[in-house]
Amino acid sequence: MKAILRMAMQEVRAGIRNRLVLATTLVLAALAVSIVFLGSAPVGVVDADPVSLTVVSLASLTIFLVPLLALMLSFDTVVGEAERGTLLLLLSYPVTRWQIVAGKFLGQSVILVIATLLGFGAAGLLLLLQHGSDAGDWPAFIRLIASSILLGAVFIAIGGLVSVTVRERATAAGAAVGIWLVFVLLYDGALLALLVADQGRFIGTATLDALLLLNPTDAYRLYNLASDPRIAMLSGLTGTATAEGGSNAQQLLALLAWVVAPLALTVRVFSRRQP
Amino acid sequence: MNQTIARFDDVTMRFAQISALQNVSATLAPGKVVALVGHNGAGKTTFLKLLLGLLRPTSGSVAVLGADPAGRNASILRRRIGFLPETVTFHGAMTGRELICFFAGLKGVAAAAAVELLSQVNLEDAGSRRVGTYSKGMRQRLGMAQALLGDPELLLLDEPTSGLDPHSRHRMYETIDALRAQGKTVVASTHALAEIESHADEVILIHGGRVLAAGTLTELRGAAALPTMAKVRLRHDAAHSMPCIDANGIEMSRPAPDRLDFRIPAGHLPSFLDILATSRSWIEDIEIEPPTLDRLYQHLLAQAEEDQ
Repeated sequence: MKAILRMAMQEVRAGIRNRLVLATTLVLAALAVSIVFLGSAPVGVVDADPVSLTVVSLASLTIFLVPLLALMLSFDTVVGEAERGTLLLLLSYPVTRWQIVAGKFLGQSVILVIATLLGFGAAGLLLLLQHGSDAGDWPAFIRLIASSILLGAVFIAIGGLVSVTVRERATAAGAAVGIWLVFVLLYDGALLALLVADQGRFIGTATLDALLLLNPTDAYRLYNLASDPRIAMLSGLTGTATAEGGSNAQQLLALLAWVVAPLALTVRVFSRRQP
Repeated sequence: MNQTIARFDDVTMRFAQISALQNVSATLAPGKVVALVGHNGAGKTTFLKLLLGLLRPTSGSVAVLGADPAGRNASILRRRIGFLPETVTFHGAMTGRELICFFAGLKGVAAAAAVELLSQVNLEDAGSRRVGTYSKGMRQRLGMAQALLGDPELLLLDEPTSGLDPHSRHRMYETIDALRAQGKTVVASTHALAEIESHADEVILIHGGRVLAAGTLTELRGAAALPTMAKVRLRHDAAHSMPCIDANGIEMSRPAPDRLDFRIPAGHLPSFLDILATSRSWIEDIEIEPPTLDRLYQHLLAQAEEDQ
């Protein structure tokens, strides 16, 4: 456990030193704060509280941004160290490979937690200053922050897997971008095309539920946008909320599975990798 | 008593296409400085990686400090081993002190001891600077400091002097000598044969993944029976008269009017000196060159290629 914490601390320290923490925080803060400032402008005059509005807009943009930032943090975890030549030395120390994987994952997650808390927290503070504490659906906002961190952890784990699988850093970068495209854009498009072509003949709601939960970004979307009726109404997901997407617990479980599975696979691949 | 620190037992290491080591057997005795000598790609780094347990042999077995270095208790074993990689690189954004403390933590060494090591390698002033600003020699010293963390019994140094200036090289050899004096076992891979010669107790010569020869330098020299070379410069007034030394298989050549080169078979140096003493009035200067590790290596290499 000590070794894991040391690895994690080193990762965070390096992140602070090379300004990754700062950059990530600024990107998320800029996004969140600008959304608060825009307010209801994008949706016109609706009967909704400012917090719910912010949650809807922020969740929709987080789906694009947080996976990208998370992959950026983690895609070269192992392959980067191998290329720099620091991996060999690290492996000669009394630290096992799973401890390295766990420690780096933990450290990168902490970086993302800092960025999310500060970035989204800035938006929350702004809402509080503008509208006071009864500005609306604060629990949804807290859920948004927590699930955004979880979504980030998913893509940190996936990026880590990429980093042990490939031999070159450039390949890892390419693979990370590809993975981002698939989960954030292509998957939903393909799913939609499938549903249109199927015309409801084979794919029932249960299958669709499962297919949606298979994509961590969809699980995140449903968790934040479809679970609260007021927010669902705002985000246009009222239809899906009642029939599809599974329960909140299922969505969170899906996200958790998407953290654990890539991590386990990373440890497995890493222990077979020849340094 | 356990008389070996590490043992290779008929070890073969094959990667996808190439075999890096073939049927290597070797033992490392405690308290010795062992020079692991060979060309680039001879298998030196693979040898060290096997000792560290970073690779598992394709066949055969490796034992270090009485255990399997790639086995279950490898982590405990690695606390007793120090390693200096061939190209020492560190995270450039971190300071020397941060890095040494990080590595100390992994090895269960107190931060104070780590900082003490930093000053031992003369980096106490540079400790608060980013490693990215360090020179090659400073990085190598930081590398040496981390290898010494936890007072390891076995030190594995991969090309410890490559790319260093003469002063840094000298310091590296001083460190190796100091470790020998402390009774540590040191394995240093190198192709700077001539340099390591006077600092090594034993030599393992590797070529093409095979051990060409192993043993103390005296043993190896004896086995190879290499001749000693002598270069004699004659006085000007003696340059025209020709001293005749042609006994006991000593070969003579005269590359210049005032120079004589001798090739003295192993064991005949005393009689050569006796003969020379009778001609001392002709001699301006003598240079005697015993068979170096370099020549020994060339000889063994040529022999190995003949055998194939």
